[in-house]
Amino acid sequence: MNAIELSGVRKSFGKNEVLRGIDLDVAEHEVVCLIGASGSGKSTLLRCVNLLEPIDDGRIVVRGEELTARGVDVNRVRRGIGIVFQSYNLFPHMSVLENVTLAPRKALRLSRRDAAAQATELLSRFGLADKRDDYPDRLSGGQQQRVAIVRALAMRPEVMLLDEVTSALDPELVAEVLRVIRELADGGMTMLIATHEMGFARDIAGRVCFLDAGVILEQGPPERIFTSPEHARTRQFLDRIIEAGRL
Amino acid sequence: MVYGVTNAPNWPEVKASFFNWDVYKSSFPGIARAFLLNVKIFMIAEAIILFTALALAVLRSLSGPVFFPIRALAIAYADFFRGVPTILVIALLGFGAPALAIEGIPTSTTFWGIVSLVLIYTAYVSEVYRAGIESVHPSQEAAARSLGLTRGQALASVVLPQAVRRVIPPLLNDFIGLQKDTALVGILGSVEAFKQAQIDVSADFNFTNYLVAATLFVAITIPLARFTDWLVARDRRKRQAGSLV
Repeated sequence: MNAIELSGVRKSFGKNEVLRGIDLDVAEHEVVCLIGASGSGKSTLLRCVNLLEPIDDGRIVVRGEELTARGVDVNRVRRGIGIVFQSYNLFPHMSVLENVTLAPRKALRLSRRDAAAQATELLSRFGLADKRDDYPDRLSGGQQQRVAIVRALAMRPEVMLLDEVTSALDPELVAEVLRVIRELADGGMTMLIATHEMGFARDIAGRVCFLDAGVILEQGPPERIFTSPEHARTRQFLDRIIEAGRL
Repeated sequence: MVYGVTNAPNWPEVKASFFNWDVYKSSFPGIARAFLLNVKIFMIAEAIILFTALALAVLRSLSGPVFFPIRALAIAYADFFRGVPTILVIALLGFGAPALAIEGIPTSTTFWGIVSLVLIYTAYVSEVYRAGIESVHPSQEAAARSLGLTRGQALASVVLPQAVRRVIPPLLNDFIGLQKDTALVGILGSVEAFKQAQIDVSADFNFTNYLVAATLFVAITIPLARFTDWLVARDRRKRQAGSLV
């Protein structure tokens, strides 16, 4: 069974068609990276997979359940899909511990004590144990993003969606976040990752998809995509990335 | 300016009728007692408004076509009660409702005064809350919903706590307005501070009595303003000082 199956996914914002028929399967324990220029639809695609954006047409199936079917409890479905955003989106009025325990307590009905125990364990695993009682404003960007990852993991998701999670970070903070993601990949987490970090994508992804103007123009193992892309558009994109010193 | 005023030719007369210390002292206890009614009115009204206004703001912020009728009603309510003069609503309900003489309808003018103030200020304060709700970035709700929280849970745990914190100063502003407007209930005959001062003025024809009422109103708003400042500052410190708290 595939972890994620997308077929014919379309999404428009007004007259602007952002996704123009996306077909994509992600196997269990697979790590797939989405690359492409800004505006190519990477973020929108991820937001569609956990129904933050309703799609106009197509099917989305996550672990055998069709999310786009009528009458699906979106709240229950979302609990199994973790998403981490570019801008962290931590809750600023809550401490780190409260950020991480909120959803397990409210959505999974865990007791305060159980949720805190689980959160503390996750925070320690990612080197954030001493930040437990801090408020997000006091943390560095890298720490905030790691807390955001822990917050998503606290729901014990089967699939993780990462939306350019290092794009807002200072360069010296990128590594600590990538290390966490690599650890998740090594642990067998199924992940769909939109990223501009080509080196990282090459290193971690089992498969790379190049998105262009709302369609997946080409996909394949990172080595092939990065060294001998088939499409001129892909080559052009990679040339610009190389020119910018990002690959 | 103070020098100019106190040296004006008619200053002794002005002083005798507006700033008469003897009158001030003798009227103070009576007016202060009456002021307790103002305090009672605004305490009850504010406690109710905190919730009714929040409810109205939440109704108005519901998105989706299903909620259109509710949204429309909430907007109509806010438009109407922000547009009508407070004194008019107080007169309408305060004189009108008891005059119906229907059994079970309270005849207390103070009761109807409170009802009127709640109706009016719910509309004002709901706008303040609404501004707060809209100031919370949509990504906050998206983050909450993506974790599996329901719309209601996201609102209660993530959006409203941030919204309310941000609007505490304008909320206080409206409450100060409300506290002053409790004087309008005096027109119904409830003997609150302004009414009592009016009675005293007509007894000894000295306007110092109004000054007594004025000082009482000011004496309650200033500490309240400082308390709010302190609350806001404390919250900010907490968020920025992290584990040092």
